[in-house]
Amino acid sequence: MSDQALSPRLHLLGDAALLCDLPAPATLAQQQRIWALADEAGRWPGVGEVLPGMNNLTLIFDPAAIDIDALGARVLEAWPRLDVGAIEGRRIEIPVAYGGEYGPDLGDVAAYTGLAPAEVARRHAAGDYVVYLLGFLPGFAFMGGLAPELATPRRSEPRIAVPARSVGIGGEQTGIYPLQSPGGWQLIGRTTLDLFDPAAASPTLLRPGDRVRFVIESIAA
Amino acid sequence: MTLLVEKPGPLASVQDLGRHGHRRLGVCPGGALDTLALSLANRLVGNAVGAAGLELTMGGCALRFETPTRIAIMGDDFAATLDGMPVWPCWSVPVAAGQTLRLAGANAVGTSGGGKLGLRSWLAVAGGIDVPPVLGSRSTDLKAGFGGHGGRALRKGDRLPLGATALDGAQLARRAFGVRGPDWETEAEDAADRTIALRVLPGPEFEQFTLASRDQLWRDRWLITPQSNRMGSRLASASEAGLKRRRNTEMLSSGVIPGTIQVPPSGQPIILMGDAQTVGGYPRIGVVIRADLWKLAQAPLGGALRLVPVDAAGAIAAWTAQQRYFAQVTQGLAAAGWPTPA
Repeated sequence: MSDQALSPRLHLLGDAALLCDLPAPATLAQQQRIWALADEAGRWPGVGEVLPGMNNLTLIFDPAAIDIDALGARVLEAWPRLDVGAIEGRRIEIPVAYGGEYGPDLGDVAAYTGLAPAEVARRHAAGDYVVYLLGFLPGFAFMGGLAPELATPRRSEPRIAVPARSVGIGGEQTGIYPLQSPGGWQLIGRTTLDLFDPAAASPTLLRPGDRVRFVIESIAA
Repeated sequence: MTLLVEKPGPLASVQDLGRHGHRRLGVCPGGALDTLALSLANRLVGNAVGAAGLELTMGGCALRFETPTRIAIMGDDFAATLDGMPVWPCWSVPVAAGQTLRLAGANAVGTSGGGKLGLRSWLAVAGGIDVPPVLGSRSTDLKAGFGGHGGRALRKGDRLPLGATALDGAQLARRAFGVRGPDWETEAEDAADRTIALRVLPGPEFEQFTLASRDQLWRDRWLITPQSNRMGSRLASASEAGLKRRRNTEMLSSGVIPGTIQVPPSGQPIILMGDAQTVGGYPRIGVVIRADLWKLAQAPLGGALRLVPVDAAGAIAAWTAQQRYFAQVTQGLAAAGWPTPA
């Protein structure tokens, strides 16, 4: 397939944002182009913010500084020559205490998947995950790479307050709650790392493109 | 140089024009939901437009100024008084040390001024609320718990520091004056049934909705439900059916901005506001244009909206007209010798 065939579809999102949406399905290769476009478009005059989504990118721009048609043309012009190889994610290890009071739903995930709780933890920690984007909460990473056999539906009753640093499984995704928040994911453990510190020079532990591994600190029944 | 919160009302927080540039980290822009109101209020007290002020919700508050200063209130005034003297929206009012600004509770006031009952008010104080900026903004991120005053809504007994004002002694003490407020009416307004018209651009998923739902979006009279907050205004209409897509294809997480009208499976739309999350997974049937977001911020719970289609050129023209109005106010103040810092 040529690059042309995979060009993003452009759509206005209000009068000061442009959505660049790639055809399904979402793949890591497409997401790498999204990150590359985000990096490049973020330097264009008139573009205020870039917001990677899953298989898409939103550019927030100032219509007084750049015309919408000119911006769209620039996206399509830049797309085929993006330097995708320039995205070199970091490798981040996240220690997790699985189960017990830190992972109250480990037993439910084990029951749903038909695996022993320790095996759920072992397979979760064996995965190689990629951060596709941050969103939902500051520092919350949408990651790809969960083993399909660990996929577990969200809880039927979301919790009012999921503790910060909880590691969870929601459907086919895994993630870490940076802050205490309401949430419906199955909580299988907790890390000691801070995912978000607004006072730090780099406020989030994770960034798009990072490769993540979970490391078993302990497993409690 | 402080302001004492004697009574915060239902929800009061420190806000400026928002925390921009960090959405890719998942940090929402937040800020005053009516940026025009805060900008105007700041101009009236000689502040830069981006100085931090207070966003007040449903009145019911009392603020004591412990230093001579100047204040301006925008939005609904909730029958505001300063030691018993009325304080009107769009006015710049001198304050003596020890005076108290009181806003009546929402139940205590009927419809004010122009016949509309509001929801929020924005207060600027000369020098601005001088809390430390976090990630480039003094706004309170209530959900994530940082910024503003301790990352939280204001409580009784909070003391807020005021920054240095550009006003000299004579300007601080100058008698009260007012400017023309922004036009509430638009051509699309239907004064007869007391609805607020919001102009809307079709969203990325507009075409995915059934023809009947697209028609319903423009035709229904939408009420703002009490479940609304700084994250979003939740709407309901008298129609039995909610808004439906032709096919419920899976949506991948994608960017949302204030004004985005997303439609969850219930079919009842939500118009996202400043504290909404940065990405969403619900179809976006439309986006309220920037020039009309301030009206949504002021629209009361239970108030009625009409969503009116507009094209991109119309949206830009409306924004330009609003910017022109604001520039006129700024230039008028400057011509009168009033400081208008950048």
